[in-house]
Amino acid sequence: MKKTALHLATAAISSMVIAAPVLAEDLTIGLASEPTSIDPHYHNLGPNNALADHLYETLILQDENQQLSPGLAVSWTAIDDLTWEFKLREGVTFHDGNPLTADDVVFTFERAPNVPNSPSSYATYIKGKTAVKVDDLTVHIKTETPYPLMPSDVSTIPIVSVEAGEGASTEDYNAGKAAIGAGPYKFVEYVPGDRIVLERNEAYWGEAPAWDKVTFKAIKSGPSRVAALLAGDVDVIASVPTTDIESLKGEENVSLFQGVSNRVIYLHLDHDRASSPFVKAKDGGAIDNPLRDQRVRLAISKAINRDAIVERVMENVAMKAGQLLPEGFFGVSPNLGPVEFDPEGAKALMAEAGVPDGFQLTIHGPNDRYINDAKIAEAIAQMLTRAGIDTAVETMPRSVYFKRASTGGPDGTPEFSFILVGWGAGSGEASSPLKSLIHTYDKERGFGASNRGRYSNPEVDALIEEALATIDDAKRQDLLAKATEAAINDGAIIPLHYQVNTWATRKGLKYIPRTDEATLAMSVVPE
Amino acid sequence: MSVYIVRRLIQSGLVVVAMSLIVFLGVNVIGDPVHMFVNPEADQAEIERVIRDLGLDRPVHEQYGFFVLGALKGDLGRSFVFGEPALKLILQRMPATLELAFMALLMAVVIGIPLGLYAGLKPEAWTSKTIMAGSILGFSLPTFWVGIMMIMLFAVMLGWLPSTGRGETVAVFGIEVSFLTWDGLRHLFMPALNLALLKISLVIRLTRAGTREAVHQDYIKFARAKGLSQRRIVFVHLLRNILIPVVTILGLEFGSLIAFSVVTETVFAWPGMGKLLIESIQQLDRPVIVAYLMMIVFLFVVINLIVDILYSVLDPRVRLQDKAS
Repeated sequence: MKKTALHLATAAISSMVIAAPVLAEDLTIGLASEPTSIDPHYHNLGPNNALADHLYETLILQDENQQLSPGLAVSWTAIDDLTWEFKLREGVTFHDGNPLTADDVVFTFERAPNVPNSPSSYATYIKGKTAVKVDDLTVHIKTETPYPLMPSDVSTIPIVSVEAGEGASTEDYNAGKAAIGAGPYKFVEYVPGDRIVLERNEAYWGEAPAWDKVTFKAIKSGPSRVAALLAGDVDVIASVPTTDIESLKGEENVSLFQGVSNRVIYLHLDHDRASSPFVKAKDGGAIDNPLRDQRVRLAISKAINRDAIVERVMENVAMKAGQLLPEGFFGVSPNLGPVEFDPEGAKALMAEAGVPDGFQLTIHGPNDRYINDAKIAEAIAQMLTRAGIDTAVETMPRSVYFKRASTGGPDGTPEFSFILVGWGAGSGEASSPLKSLIHTYDKERGFGASNRGRYSNPEVDALIEEALATIDDAKRQDLLAKATEAAINDGAIIPLHYQVNTWATRKGLKYIPRTDEATLAMSVVPE
Repeated sequence: MSVYIVRRLIQSGLVVVAMSLIVFLGVNVIGDPVHMFVNPEADQAEIERVIRDLGLDRPVHEQYGFFVLGALKGDLGRSFVFGEPALKLILQRMPATLELAFMALLMAVVIGIPLGLYAGLKPEAWTSKTIMAGSILGFSLPTFWVGIMMIMLFAVMLGWLPSTGRGETVAVFGIEVSFLTWDGLRHLFMPALNLALLKISLVIRLTRAGTREAVHQDYIKFARAKGLSQRRIVFVHLLRNILIPVVTILGLEFGSLIAFSVVTETVFAWPGMGKLLIESIQQLDRPVIVAYLMMIVFLFVVINLIVDILYSVLDPRVRLQDKAS
């Protein structure tokens, strides 16, 4: 009897809480990782760029599939090989009421690559570009060589107001003094480690923002983030832990939204060294590096059961991968699908390559960087061991891993032989991974910065370089696809899967998943 | 006397210098922050630019030299991640952590002492046995698990309390505190209780043991023989005597409350300095780690120095010893 009464009381209270009028105009979002600064040019980092999209906005916008659309600029054209003309939108005002002019764009291009102490600057996108004012609403951006990626590079640079930004430091932005942009939301409050509060920009040029007030809360711990949503303290959460997805599906008051990301999880192999430190003969003796043989690389790819990884390890929150970016992105090849699981074929290829009995190998991977990263490495080791390649697993925190994987060997060379890594194409097209992962490591020209397997294929290099100098979109798309095909068929890297991201909202809201993994208030719409 | 103080000062200075060396070198051999911060799309030139800008291209002893020069001027370096002075970041979050620790301490006393007293006075009652069994759970259950369970119960199922975060704050002498607002108190309750659980169990056990011992002492028997009321015996005579060890232990445990707050702050997304430290370690934000540890070292050294000096004032033998040597 007593028990029933308690039950009833509990039920009454919980229904009261749920039924309590939630102001539809206010939105609270629980983030897994908080932005490190309000200064849009301080740190080129996912959460910071997402916040900047609210406050500052860019000349060219990236939609949820990273397709480009007009933002603060209404049009952009290459008027000759070395000059792009941007026409600015008329009548756009910053949050302080000043109009947007070419001066603001020129100022942004000067400020963004030169913020002091920046741990990762926007020079990556601005290098080699000079912005010149033509008139109040026209800007020319000049380059030294033909540069087809101009629109996608420009779409990453948040425009700040010259009046507010002149001489302003990162601290001035964090204090809100200089945080003046033309984006859909205005800065209200920043409490580091706790919350960032924004309010609607009534003077926004585009579609009126849906929310009066937006609060971002940093809730790093996954279970706490889920609990905060269930308790009704936040309306939307990012990065739902894969283990909670099943149970959340059963919750009436929660809706889940999933979307594939631009991030491919892949294996990189040592293509370079004649004898690789973590490859040994079956008896533990030294052998010539078998990973340099294309047949062995393809055998490894065939020995991996991608379906099992997606279903068991990733709990279906992933998509099998056959190349660098999922279907639908610019420069993706229509001819490449995920390699099918084929243990017999793998054995045959190994025999053909002269290692029928396999060898010993160690896979290295991070354990706190990608979704279920350590578990994936373990599954791969088991699958390869079954195929005859005795594989040991070593995972470590990313703070240690990436240094060793990139420069841990003698003379700053990569240390490992066989690694698990991920790559998110920030620009939303295939040249980003091709340039950094596949092209021959070339410090002077800035190619292959993340080519930790030191893959080098002159044919592929030539295709990539040609693509990067081709302004014509159709031709460039074709070249990128060709380069991808050549590299993947050669086993430059072994793609595993594309990460799928999950957002959860309270009932009545809808989240439009973004391939760039950003969590935006603009992507939350009332149902 | 003054010789003694001068010598203690020199010793303390040496401890600070030695600790700064150990901390700085220790933090600098782990991993490489550059690979944590640089956007993967950056090319080699940008990576080198970052290494140069953060001063990581210089040999460790030079970096240490810069750190010491800065520290002498009160500048403990600038966070790699936030681009703000490390000391400012820590001080910004300090009130939240101290508030949490004090609240937990208060709960340990307010909940622990009455329960312990009851269990000590009526050791055979089933309620006392329940209290003691509960205190074992308080000792043995992992904090983060209890935290999640509390959120599930009080925030998700019952909906009585907010799940995470810090509530509304008001400024008192320029310090933002949340325990003076209703919203702040509601946010503070669960994390403070979570942090206090272990200490509550400790206080229960200490109080119970003290009570069991004291009730058989002559002065309690005498008081009873005198015909004093039970209430007066317990709250005046007994309590006063058993509180001494409890207070001593709680004083010592306050430090561990601040240290353990790391876990609680992470579970409840409490914006305190424990959370800052753990995130800085994960991201290899070296200046913040070093500044945090140095601040703690400095605090402990100063406290010990003051205690030692007071000791010499209070105890003449220390002074005499000094003269003899």
